[in-house]
Amino acid sequence: MTDKKVKIYLDGKEIICDEGATIMRVAQDNGMMLPNLCYHPDFSVKANCRICVVEVAYSADSVQPSSLRPDFGMKAPKSAQARLVTACDTKVKAGMEIKTDTTRVKRSRNLNIELIFAEHIEKCPTCIWRVNCKLLELAERYKIEICRFKDRKGKRQTYKFANAVEIDSSQCIDCRNCLEACNDLQKINYLELRGKGVAQEIVPVTEKGVFAFAKADRRKVDCIYCGQCALHCPVGAAQEQADWHLVEKALKNKSEVLVAQIAPSIRVSIGEEFGVETGRVMTGQVVAALKKLGFAYVFDVNFGADVTTIVEAEELIERLKIRERLLNHEDKKLEIRNLKFGKVTPISNLPMFTSCCPAWIKYVEFFRPDLIPNMTTARSPQMHSAGIIKTYWAEKMSAQGGSASGRKIKPKNIVVVSIMPCTAKKFESSRKELKIRGDWPIDYCLTTRELAWLIKKNKIDFKSLKAERADNPLGTASGAGAIYGATGGVMESALRTAAYLMATAQDRVCRDLGLEAKIRFGDSEIQRVEFKDVRGQEGVKTANLEMGGKKVRVAVVNGIGSIQPILDKLKDFDYIEVMACPDGCIGGGGQPIPTTAEIRKKRLAALYKIDGASKIRRAHENDEAIGALSWLKKQGKLEKTVLYTTYKKRS
Amino acid sequence: MDILEKIKLAGLVGRGGACFPVAKKWSAVAQALADKAGEKKCYVVCNAAEGEPGVIKDDYILEHHADQVINGMKIAVDFLSAYAKASADKGVVKGYLFLNYGYNKKLKKKLTVLLKSSVIEIFVKPPNAGYIGGEESAILNAIEGRRVEPRLKPPFPTTAGLWGCPTLVNNVETFYNVSLVEANRYENKRFYSLTGDCPREGVYDLPESFSIEKILKATKNYPKFPFFVQCGGGAAGEVLNSRQLKRSVQGAGSITIYSITKNNYKKIIKSWLNFFMSESCGQCAPCREGTFRLGEVFLAGKTDWVLFNNLLDNLADTSVCALGCSVPVPIRSFLKNVYPQINQANESTNFTTNIQILK
Repeated sequence: MTDKKVKIYLDGKEIICDEGATIMRVAQDNGMMLPNLCYHPDFSVKANCRICVVEVAYSADSVQPSSLRPDFGMKAPKSAQARLVTACDTKVKAGMEIKTDTTRVKRSRNLNIELIFAEHIEKCPTCIWRVNCKLLELAERYKIEICRFKDRKGKRQTYKFANAVEIDSSQCIDCRNCLEACNDLQKINYLELRGKGVAQEIVPVTEKGVFAFAKADRRKVDCIYCGQCALHCPVGAAQEQADWHLVEKALKNKSEVLVAQIAPSIRVSIGEEFGVETGRVMTGQVVAALKKLGFAYVFDVNFGADVTTIVEAEELIERLKIRERLLNHEDKKLEIRNLKFGKVTPISNLPMFTSCCPAWIKYVEFFRPDLIPNMTTARSPQMHSAGIIKTYWAEKMSAQGGSASGRKIKPKNIVVVSIMPCTAKKFESSRKELKIRGDWPIDYCLTTRELAWLIKKNKIDFKSLKAERADNPLGTASGAGAIYGATGGVMESALRTAAYLMATAQDRVCRDLGLEAKIRFGDSEIQRVEFKDVRGQEGVKTANLEMGGKKVRVAVVNGIGSIQPILDKLKDFDYIEVMACPDGCIGGGGQPIPTTAEIRKKRLAALYKIDGASKIRRAHENDEAIGALSWLKKQGKLEKTVLYTTYKKRS
Repeated sequence: MDILEKIKLAGLVGRGGACFPVAKKWSAVAQALADKAGEKKCYVVCNAAEGEPGVIKDDYILEHHADQVINGMKIAVDFLSAYAKASADKGVVKGYLFLNYGYNKKLKKKLTVLLKSSVIEIFVKPPNAGYIGGEESAILNAIEGRRVEPRLKPPFPTTAGLWGCPTLVNNVETFYNVSLVEANRYENKRFYSLTGDCPREGVYDLPESFSIEKILKATKNYPKFPFFVQCGGGAAGEVLNSRQLKRSVQGAGSITIYSITKNNYKKIIKSWLNFFMSESCGQCAPCREGTFRLGEVFLAGKTDWVLFNNLLDNLADTSVCALGCSVPVPIRSFLKNVYPQINQANESTNFTTNIQILK
């Protein structure tokens, strides 16, 4: 874009704007929202819905550029001077006269909306998307006859991806955003567009060919359940597989104790669903709303994140130590034992990968099972939190004779509902290997959108709710827990604790708590809190750190689409964080729509604001977490069940 | 005199249908090369996709004058290489002959010999690419291995074509003409595809100034029965009645003759609509949905002519590519030029009143 300014006319109003900006941009900057469906700031312009059309002519004093458009021998249309163009991809030029509401514009815009509407089978009564459906909004705004044409996709199929995401072809309007999300943004290539013209359909590549020219060789690809397709779908054809109605049912069941736990990232995004400005922290309102919905207890997964940080930091230190011992040939036995592990680092399972992101776990299990030994064995925050609720908290409460709605609190009575920014968390919740004493730690997993829907459905005035605090004893959390929702956040949290442990020459937080006598390094290192190298919206972030006199090389992969360069040089790193969604959980597949780079930036800032304002900012300073871990340590086998997990090859 | 001057003087226009001045396109590619910094790659693509019903001239030209066509491509490659070299040390020009599946089967051997030791290679059009597979930017997508459908313009292929490099896409006949121009043998002639209800279907090489009537007479194809013609670009061409034949043929030079007595107007319109619907790539809503709904509206017991007309206008105004934009051409011109004549003959339907709406 040039710095040159040009003069144009928008509906008769004279406007000075940047040359090379699109008409849509200029209109938006001047307070006029042109309709759009296929447009998404995360992607290149596709201009296939054609509803942002405007009429363009050139004022007499400017020369009309010659059109290179082939006309197939057609005579120039009567109104050659004024043309309809799509505002999303047409750039302004000096002297342009843009009209957004002529009869011709109205005819085409409305007709195209009607044509698109006929592709979309209305399933409004069961669709949580209906409260912010762009199609319905457009229909109302332009008084569209939504049934002008007969629905033509009634017989189309719904493709379900595990229990996480689904694409309902009968609602698809062929805008192809999901295709771009899956193939270009995430580079998973699980979706493909088959067929031509009206027969075209978005299908998973694994689907057996129903079209004559479908490719014969099925690539080995699977969905990682990240939900970016759902996040970028303008009409809710791609959606999370809804569980809100099950939760609604459970809330009515008086024999159970309903417990909700909220993810670090949803508090900074859910407000958008209720017209609050982007990036406002709404923790108190979320807790209050959940209580209003009927949850007896609401816990904060930030607490679970602190547990994860501690477990993961300890594991990192252990692996680093094993490597050191191996390099010094101190432990032959270890060397042999470790040889059977993956190819990359046959000795110490370094680099270690984070495992908080369930989509990333699925990616490893399916595409790179050779990296399974490199994954941290720590469970994710929601699992730590839920596991501790159903064991530690349950026992504590029943010992106190605690009850909710007249029912005694016992592990079997507790129903844990996890509110996550994520669709893949639904899949994680159904992993059998995560069961504790035969029970599912998490009974239902909802997305941010599903919670927002429940709040709206129950006519709770979210904005004006009085803030409430999450329940104790699992209510306290450090700032490190809060930033789990940001890209680089898990890394930074783990580094804060690992740096402390290494500087004080400790292996474990619990065991050696209070042994600060061993301190060998300076105060600054022991007190280090911020690791700004791993923050930010870039696809890949790396840093070389010095901790306890040792070098630790770390990398953060921001969005699974950016992973390849890191996979190509694994040997250069000791610790790698991977988040499948752009900018981490705040850009997760279950977050409010729209989610764009700009919006994500504000959500990120909000998380760091929570962190900055926290009294404690490092996980190992969270006494509640230490308390729960110490209790678990005394429970024998249970400690392992609640804190650790295993992975398996899935291809 | 350099080749660009010669082309300019000869007034060559593209023979793919759009009649875009050849010299202008060539200099646009050269200019794009000159403007580009760093490594400069450039492509020359010959469009031999030919997918419209009623257009068969490229087949004929390749069968009889393949050497000239290839020569024309080589001239273009040389022309652009010179430019690439003039502006940088590194200049790479590569050529593709984008060839219709059927033509490849027939002519592969011959073409391979002609292309030996040149920078040009054959790229066979995917069999399912259809009509839209002949659109210049759809060709680029096909060669790049993407979904065969038109790209948004701008940028035009001349500046950002194959893999983002400046690319020259010309039709078979255009390259043939370039070869003639170079040898000073160009005589302002063009190839006409004659098909339909006529005794001597085929391809004829006649002056471009000839009127339709003259062409029909010169080829002994002038019908003795009531008829109308569709000319220009196959199914997307304009329909004219027998009193409108004094004009010359535009577009891709096709003339299809229809006998009025033999053909039913509903069937003709239906076949056009079917053609456009099945050939729509499905990228943009007005074309994907519009062509489908046109058929639906037209075949409904009582046709809603206002809606029908709106759908046509919408196609012309908001489609991404020329396929969508040209849907109204045959239908409108048929209803305007030919339908009144048929109606006089059978005087049955109240169709005329409906045409008023269509103007």
